[in-house]
Amino acid sequence: MGRYVIRRLLQFIPTVLGTMFLLHYMTSLAIQFSGNPVRALFGDRTPDPALLAAITERLGYGDPCLDQRGNPCFGLFLDRLQNIFFHFDFGINLRQREVTDLVADAIPFTLKLLVIAIVFEAVVGIAAGVLAGLRGGSFTDYLVKISTVFVISVPIFVLGLVVREFVGVKFGNVLRGQDWIPDVISSGMFSPGFKPDYPFASLIIPGMVLGAVSLATTARLTRTSIMENIRADYVRTAKAKGLTNKRVIGVHTLRNSLIPVITFLGVDIGAAMAGAVVTETIFNVPGIGRLVTMSARTGESSVVVGVVTMLVLVVLLANLLVDLLYAVLDPRIRYE
Amino acid sequence: MSDLTSAGSAIGGAPVAGDGPTPDAPGGKERNASLWADARRQLLRDPVFVIAFVYVLAVGSMALFPKLWTSQDPRACSTDRSRVSPSWEHPFGFDVLGCDYYSHAIYGARPSMVIAVMATSGIVVFGGVLGLLAGYYGGWVDAVISRVMDIFFSLPFLLGAIVFLTVIKRQNIWTITAVLFLLAWPTIARIIRGSVISSKDLDYVHAAKAVGARNSRLMFRHILPNAIAPMLVYATIVLGSFVAAEATLTFLGVGLQQPAQSWGIMISTHQVYFLDDPWLLLFPCGLLVGTVLSFILMGDALRDALDPKFR
Repeated sequence: MGRYVIRRLLQFIPTVLGTMFLLHYMTSLAIQFSGNPVRALFGDRTPDPALLAAITERLGYGDPCLDQRGNPCFGLFLDRLQNIFFHFDFGINLRQREVTDLVADAIPFTLKLLVIAIVFEAVVGIAAGVLAGLRGGSFTDYLVKISTVFVISVPIFVLGLVVREFVGVKFGNVLRGQDWIPDVISSGMFSPGFKPDYPFASLIIPGMVLGAVSLATTARLTRTSIMENIRADYVRTAKAKGLTNKRVIGVHTLRNSLIPVITFLGVDIGAAMAGAVVTETIFNVPGIGRLVTMSARTGESSVVVGVVTMLVLVVLLANLLVDLLYAVLDPRIRYE
Repeated sequence: MSDLTSAGSAIGGAPVAGDGPTPDAPGGKERNASLWADARRQLLRDPVFVIAFVYVLAVGSMALFPKLWTSQDPRACSTDRSRVSPSWEHPFGFDVLGCDYYSHAIYGARPSMVIAVMATSGIVVFGGVLGLLAGYYGGWVDAVISRVMDIFFSLPFLLGAIVFLTVIKRQNIWTITAVLFLLAWPTIARIIRGSVISSKDLDYVHAAKAVGARNSRLMFRHILPNAIAPMLVYATIVLGSFVAAEATLTFLGVGLQQPAQSWGIMISTHQVYFLDDPWLLLFPCGLLVGTVLSFILMGDALRDALDPKFR
């Protein structure tokens, strides 16, 4: 266990550096091939050269290596690493605000959204998976199978749009027409977008949309793992001892079957963060994801690069924690 | 030598290289039970696969020959026809600028399909070669390639694509293909590496090595045919997810831009008109979901057909 943790931690460092370098090189290549990104801010107008130079310098695009195609710009990379790890500086936006400030303002909404999404997909996904796994070939089993294929094949933005219009607007309008329904439900939960008056209720449906994508995978994973474990010797022993069915399933089978599911949910935090970019844009949630889309649409590349770097670090940390947790949960995991 | 070679390729599936000349395997015709012949027979009997395949063929022909499907010009627009409902002559009605929506949908298939096909062939070739090298040679080659793959894996796909496309500003078919290729090749490489490792110690590979086959011959003639089935399955599914990815990026504003025609643009332009004219959104969404679904169902059917354990 101890050796595993140490080796995993040692592996973590090159992966973080490598991922940061990949991000850096992609950005540098893009700048080298398409020119100074600051120009995009001026649109069709020809910018004042002094102003252009000042903004370029301030945003850190002034380095001469950004003019040489294919140059990996190691010097710039080291500067960036220093800024990030020693000064916690992820860059600034055009109005001289720190990206860390922008993210600090946006993060409560994204966190709430992620919690709702993960809870939704864990509860519903595991319940559906258990029902399907216990009775293979039953109606529930087919229902889970078909709905998972369907959910996988609907891109999240299509799902979000349709849910927003049908549930948030159409169904919400019906609810809002009734007097006896409390406002929290009619204009909070079933609103077509985020509302500051109902900071939690209006995030429930966006969170469910975000969770729906991985819901299918969670259910399938639980189903397979339950089906495998239910035939294991220790389950038969438990049954032979005369334990109640509830205890055999709930304690003996479920505990072992959930190990892969929990790992998946941990890894899924990363995927959900990327998915939040789409969900927050559709439901107008002022979180990190919308920050990324809005800056991408206006061409503020410094914000996009800064925020994405931060998100990638969070994803890597989450993956590391999941791996360590896995080793704690499953005593069979040993390095060597 | 020739006997051993044909034995090896028969296990791996001789018709991989088309109906290539295999004169030293006279029993091949009568037996007719290679993995691929069996798979073909099973797939043709599977209604889900046939329907999905026909759908994909239809979308593919829209992308290749849009003139077959429509004689209208999607650029002939007139704003006094803005958002006119579907009719017999214009089955999808008119969009907000008064252009024929059906022909826009037909012409919109091309960018998605071109991006998906180019990016998928790119990752199959590049990821396939790297996976083959990593699995075959092992040791430090494997260590280096695997670490590089780990790095690409830890960058969430959508986030990496948004960064690259924002900074490069030129958001066209080529840059989108490039970023999809760049961020997706390790998945194929990992699959190939796995199946190469599992098949490189089989007896027929040792036999071929014993009679003096070179590394390249071992890799491409004996090991690769066994690794192709899982790759084919995955490539089919990836085609679907690339179609979806193109639409998602376009929807977020970092993909294809306005004068271009694609399903993603149709959806993102008309999302605000959903309440008045839901068909403006439902037609492109339906086409998109149908395409993605067909690719995924085809991949599932292929997996069942190509895995001998399911027989």
